[in-house]
Amino acid sequence: MEPVTTITGRAVALRRSNVDTDQIIPAVYLKRVTRSGFEDGLFAAWRSDPDFVLNRPESAGATVLVAGADFGTGSSREHAVWALRDHGFRVVISSRFADIFRGNAGKGGLVTARVEQPDVERLWSAVEADPSTEVTVDLASRTVRWGESTVSFDIDDYTRWRLMEGLDDVDLTLRHADSVAAYEDRRPRWMPTTV
Amino acid sequence: MAATLAEKVWEAHVVRRAAGEPDLLYVDLHLVHEVTSPQAFDGLRLAGRPVRRPDLTIATEDHNVPTLDIERPIADPVSRTQVETLRRNCAEFGVPIHPLGDAEQGIVHVVGPQLGLTQPGMTVVCGDSHTSTHGAFGALAFGIGTSEVEHVLATQTLPLDRFRTMAVTVDGELAPGVTAKDVILAVIAEIGTGGGQGYVIEYRGSAIEALSMEARMTICNMSIEAGARAGMVAPDDTTFAYLEGRPRAPKGEDWDAAVRAWRELRTDDDATFDREVVLDAADITPYVTWGTNPAQGLPLSASVPDPASFDDQSARQAAERALEYMGLRPGTPLRDIAVDTVFLGSCTNGRIEDLRAAAEVIRGRSVADGVRMLVVPGSVRVRLAAEAEGLDVVFKEAGAEWRHAGCSMCLGMNPDQLAPGERSASTSNRNFEGRQGKGGRTHLVSPLVAAATAVVGRLASPDDLERHAGKA
Ligand code: SF4
Repeated sequence: MEPVTTITGRAVALRRSNVDTDQIIPAVYLKRVTRSGFEDGLFAAWRSDPDFVLNRPESAGATVLVAGADFGTGSSREHAVWALRDHGFRVVISSRFADIFRGNAGKGGLVTARVEQPDVERLWSAVEADPSTEVTVDLASRTVRWGESTVSFDIDDYTRWRLMEGLDDVDLTLRHADSVAAYEDRRPRWMPTTV
Repeated sequence: MAATLAEKVWEAHVVRRAAGEPDLLYVDLHLVHEVTSPQAFDGLRLAGRPVRRPDLTIATEDHNVPTLDIERPIADPVSRTQVETLRRNCAEFGVPIHPLGDAEQGIVHVVGPQLGLTQPGMTVVCGDSHTSTHGAFGALAFGIGTSEVEHVLATQTLPLDRFRTMAVTVDGELAPGVTAKDVILAVIAEIGTGGGQGYVIEYRGSAIEALSMEARMTICNMSIEAGARAGMVAPDDTTFAYLEGRPRAPKGEDWDAAVRAWRELRTDDDATFDREVVLDAADITPYVTWGTNPAQGLPLSASVPDPASFDDQSARQAAERALEYMGLRPGTPLRDIAVDTVFLGSCTNGRIEDLRAAAEVIRGRSVADGVRMLVVPGSVRVRLAAEAEGLDVVFKEAGAEWRHAGCSMCLGMNPDQLAPGERSASTSNRNFEGRQGKGGRTHLVSPLVAAATAVVGRLASPDDLERHAGKA
């Protein structure tokens, strides 16, 4: 994974709370066999409405999604993270995330920045007033900045470190390849193999 | 220190332990199927990583495969793509596979045990929640997500946070006609669909010890429906007898060494569980579900409950929604509910013993007019064994359809689906809205109840057949 330290880009104000993973990507879009290309399913039910915020021309190319509370509830599908990433989002800002979604996001290289709800509201207003507002999410200082405003956000230390180092779970485990090999030497010989 | 079975297996698999981090556990067996693996293989490809232990990995095709005309190309393009992708990925990464048409093909959770690959004390994972099935052998077996599938393929390990432990003790003797399926439905109704959350359940007690391996698998299989991550039964002579002589079981001196090690795999007398639940086997009768989650179940002798009778508001609302979806009225005796379809199969109840039990009930009788009965063996081996015993003839003569192996109507990813509004009695494990087809209505039942229901046309147990015959 690519290391992430700061993300700067335009933002989309998604004024909805309780956005569950079925809304992020409905089940019918899960049939693909690759790891990419899930952007077509992102918020599919809402995208049919031409007025939906993501359909507006000024939302094109945005990398920051600012959503209401309880983002990512529901099924544990990792495709929700992939759909957001494939669409081009690199960070989601909300006042509360579902645990599993947040875990999946960290693994998928998507930053989830938790800020207080009043800060979400201020950010929404700023973005809606001027869609070209540049928003910066800085993992090093744990702050979100736009215009004259700076607010801090929460993210757990471990996830933050991994994102900043660009390490995925497999990289982390492969650092301990010696321990794995040592364990394999200790396994009883009679244990089954599939070949 | 005194430890439970689950804790012993866990400890034996710790590759690395560090403060503040999840334990890194070794995976002894990784089962792979076509639905949850493609992105995992794609992830390996993108990162240029190999599969670390193809020799501890095995793939089968099950979720999407047709159960008719299996020699013809799969009609549904999405299903075909998933199956073809699995074959390509296995070829590219050197993973052994049992494709459609192979003698070892079948539902992944039926195939592992029947090959003797699932053994006591192992860690077994698969990108499928019903991996808990394998816990029947005293293995620690649980479902994982696609990223975890990729992680296991790449490293043969998994970083895991500890589970809590729960004992579900069933003492006493089950009455005739009461099966493992009824036991687990009663357990789930008791603890609820979330009651097992964060736990590994160990099933114990004299009623569990008396069960066959097939029956133990049925129980462990549905641990997930109680919210648990895994279910386990301590290995004993029943387990060893099932395993001995299977293709992948240890042989000769290895067998003796293995059995010696396996005998150590039991919860110490002074070990404690985080939670304990006790059921009396004598209280359990044939169970069926009336709603849209597996905890909405009752004895077959009961009636559809009145939502107003639930004290808890969310349970009441769930019941109201369920009854509306199921098209049922409070107070209707469950035995009066007529079905359109009976499905006998799945990783819960698609093994030879299940087919035998159902065939015994149906032998010499016929499936009621207007009812369709699908019999789908859990694997090719189960199908062949059943045919060798003539069970296929019993089912066919009764008017049931005898199909090829796969998940089939358990989840309706292949053409075996309920039509909107259709009602089934199903030996599978999930009665969620739309699980067996959009708008389909599912009642979870045991193989005995499934067979009797097929004959009567309404939810029934084998005992009802005498009465039914009297009336006819
Ligand atoms: S039979 Fe049903 S529950 Fe079992 S693996 Fe297949 S789809 Fe899943």
